[in-house]
Amino acid sequence: MSASEDTFSTLCQLLEPFNTAKIGLKPETDISADLNIDSVSVMDFVMEVEDHFNIDIPLNVLSETRSIADLVKVVEGRLAKV
Amino acid sequence: MTDLFDKHRTISERHERMLSLGANAVGLTNDRILSPTRAIIEGRETVLAGTNNYMGITFDPDCIAAGQEALDLYGTGTTGSRIANGSYAQHRELELELAQFLNRKHCIMFTTGYQANLGMLAGLAGPKDTIYLDADSHSSIYDGCTLSGAKLVRFRHNDASDLDKRLARSEDEGGRLVVVEGIYSMLGDRAPLADFVEVKKKHGFQLLVDEAHSFGVLGPNGRGLADEAGLEDDVDFVVGTFSKSIGAIGGFGAGNHPQFNMLRYASRPYMFTASPSPATVATSLAAIRKLKAEPQRRNRLRVNSTRLFDGFKSLGLALGCDSVSPIVAVNCPDEVSTIAMWNALLKAGVYVNIALPPGTPGKQCLLRCSVSAAHTFEDIDRIVSLFGEVVAQGHYRKAV
Repeated sequence: MSASEDTFSTLCQLLEPFNTAKIGLKPETDISADLNIDSVSVMDFVMEVEDHFNIDIPLNVLSETRSIADLVKVVEGRLAKV
Repeated sequence: MTDLFDKHRTISERHERMLSLGANAVGLTNDRILSPTRAIIEGRETVLAGTNNYMGITFDPDCIAAGQEALDLYGTGTTGSRIANGSYAQHRELELELAQFLNRKHCIMFTTGYQANLGMLAGLAGPKDTIYLDADSHSSIYDGCTLSGAKLVRFRHNDASDLDKRLARSEDEGGRLVVVEGIYSMLGDRAPLADFVEVKKKHGFQLLVDEAHSFGVLGPNGRGLADEAGLEDDVDFVVGTFSKSIGAIGGFGAGNHPQFNMLRYASRPYMFTASPSPATVATSLAAIRKLKAEPQRRNRLRVNSTRLFDGFKSLGLALGCDSVSPIVAVNCPDEVSTIAMWNALLKAGVYVNIALPPGTPGKQCLLRCSVSAAHTFEDIDRIVSLFGEVVAQGHYRKAV
């Protein structure tokens, strides 16, 4: 499994409590629209991601982050800085 | 062509669902306001328990007289911003007296409380800075942070150790501003200010406390949470509003920084808004003098708040927090039962706020009461009694 696949898999696990409709998660899944998650829940989910990876993901970044694949890139970018 | 309103479809559908369940809980009309605690709503005299009119000062004869005199002397409006049209002497007078009340060197007033947060946050922080904000912050704080262009880091609600962790792993190069609230508007809980001050001593940052719901309410001098906690010297900036304890409209920021007044030339929400009207300034100033001269209002508010809090506890209701404040929020099981309870309460003659996700912490469905010093004990007991009746009707089961 590549690092990106590993990150994707971890994000999917962290997203599960928010995936109340239990839809199948793919890299192109839109975190807010496809999972019908409101903006506050998206921020709460991102907090879980921050704590898991011990990184900060500033809220400013989220406006450009729609899909799980987008978030994989953000996480790996932040990890590369640590 | 994409209709710009398409993106609001889910909001529209949700609103329609709410209407189908009864009255318009988020679009209510007060046909006539009778007093700080009474209105005619849908033809019925109703006890108001969701107004944030903490001091019950909106019908104070001295405040009304001051507003009427200002209308006569200075007209209905200022017709422009202070940097374009100049200040009225009353703007300066209010800022000076409020700074003295707050025991701060400088004070700047804004046209609304919402703009006070926009103006302070966007004036203080810029794109090279980082703002750390409590996760449960009011929308005006989120919007002010966004307007600033600063890097925004959210920490867990009231969790100083979480802030500590985030500061420790940060790579901030510019300034750092931490934002907390004196009393949080939905649940009525206070920030653990002493814990945040400890983190401030460890990491070094500037601290802003939004005292919107605690100004006039907390502390031996009514200056808010920092006053209550004895930590005013550790708080760099305070923000507040005139639309709650002051019973008017407007907001303020205050601090001791020698460059504080640069905000008048750097804060766009201050610079590009018409200044507060003369009548608003006059009633606000009169109300600030009342806060100073009549501490019994604060004491009465505390007694009333405790009475409502204890009354709800005796009914077995799940409340938003364990500490007493003028905000007493009842945690309901789901959206449908919350709307049903709200409707039943209104029909029985009491108005409270309804608060639903995503506007609430932790997706809670709340019936939010705000207590006034002007409530009588009979009012408080009636509110408790009517909640009891609604519970007995089976609309409520304790939220877990």
